[in-house]
Amino acid sequence: MKQIIKYSVLIIILQLLTFHAFAGSDGTINISKNNKPVKDCFEKINRATFALNQGLDKAIFKPIAKGYNKLPTPIKNGSSNFVSNISNLVTIPNNILQGDFKSAGTNTIRLIINTTLGIVGWYDAAEAMGLQKLDKEDYGQTLGKAGIGPGCYLVLPVLGPSTVRDTVGSLINLSGGDPFYNITIKNDTHYFSEPDYYSTRATNALDFRAKNLGSLENLEKNSVDFYAAVRSLYLQDRQKKIANNSSLTETMDNSDWEEIEEN
Amino acid sequence: MKTRNIVLTILLYLLFLNSSFAKNPSDFIQEITDNASKILSSDLSKNEKQNKLKDIAENTVDIRGIGFYTLGKFRKTLNEDKKKEYSILFKEYFLKSFSSRLVEYSNPKITVVSEEVLNEKYTMVSSVLAATKDRPEIKIDWRVYTKNKSEPLIRDLIIEGLSLARTQKEEFASIISSNDNNVEILFKTLKQF
Repeated sequence: MKQIIKYSVLIIILQLLTFHAFAGSDGTINISKNNKPVKDCFEKINRATFALNQGLDKAIFKPIAKGYNKLPTPIKNGSSNFVSNISNLVTIPNNILQGDFKSAGTNTIRLIINTTLGIVGWYDAAEAMGLQKLDKEDYGQTLGKAGIGPGCYLVLPVLGPSTVRDTVGSLINLSGGDPFYNITIKNDTHYFSEPDYYSTRATNALDFRAKNLGSLENLEKNSVDFYAAVRSLYLQDRQKKIANNSSLTETMDNSDWEEIEEN
Repeated sequence: MKTRNIVLTILLYLLFLNSSFAKNPSDFIQEITDNASKILSSDLSKNEKQNKLKDIAENTVDIRGIGFYTLGKFRKTLNEDKKKEYSILFKEYFLKSFSSRLVEYSNPKITVVSEEVLNEKYTMVSSVLAATKDRPEIKIDWRVYTKNKSEPLIRDLIIEGLSLARTQKEEFASIISSNDNNVEILFKTLKQF
């Protein structure tokens, strides 16, 4: 029954992705002239969820992140390396799905070295051997790479900004796409349990929040519409990650400025 | 013969004049970041620092251009008087927001690493903000408007691939569109900032 509900939700979301004819706000966010604008179809609900998340952040996550930042640097680096090493379990299958076998090979070697010599990922021993850390990949990025549009912009409770496509990507993790989820929650391996999964996910989120404490505070203070600023930054970031292109000309569109010349 | 020499001398002089005043975009950015860094690491009060940063921005950033860019399609709905009013409001908002963002950094070390000429009008200058114990190294790219070679101007900052001008444009568009496309609400928001 649980499985049927899960797959029904997946199918409904995929339908929404393909035919996103939503009622509601017609506000669109233009990321690039080469891409279709991302619709904020549920803006009112999204803004309410965003406000809820901000409340949770102020009351819980921010104080914890501040405390985390006070930890000695080796501990912070160690936990950051640990969660980064585990994320390879999702990155590697996505490298393969995207046809990037070279990165899949590098990430596999990095995972083996760091899990063994790096003491379950606490140290980035692979980097010391000249194997540089590569960008993370997820199922949302793979779907994007396959040409599936982002669908509507969403703000998820606690988890934050997303799109319909990226939410489907996250659901794939829970449907067998994340080996760490499989060995901790989905299958009873006797070696790991649910708290292992959730504590790792929480550490990952905490590490991100702690690294961005100053920049997010600064952004909030100097924004005239913080919700819109976060939405814009999230969508730009996803576009950049899906393109897997560090070239600046890809993210900037000169024609955006053309009309200014005429003023 | 004499006339030809005079013409040649004038041409060479003009050529020299042009090249001597043309600013290399990388040097332009390095100079700005060095000056900003000096101000931020000085013993000046927060207010004094902000005022000095505002002076730098006024001379090196195309505030008017960014203002109209961030207004997007709504720019066309304004008459000349409203455009003037908007330019004044945006400039005040921009300088306050810009200096307030920067003043939080103490002694930032920015190094220019490369530049890419996009076309005659634009050059992207890439730089890195050195890591501290609290944050990793950050890539900052500067979109420099080079139409007037002797007076380059910054039009955008791209931090880790994310454009600040684009973010600003989408913030403004959100305010206007969620208020029945009433630009006056944006004016009011800028006044209140």
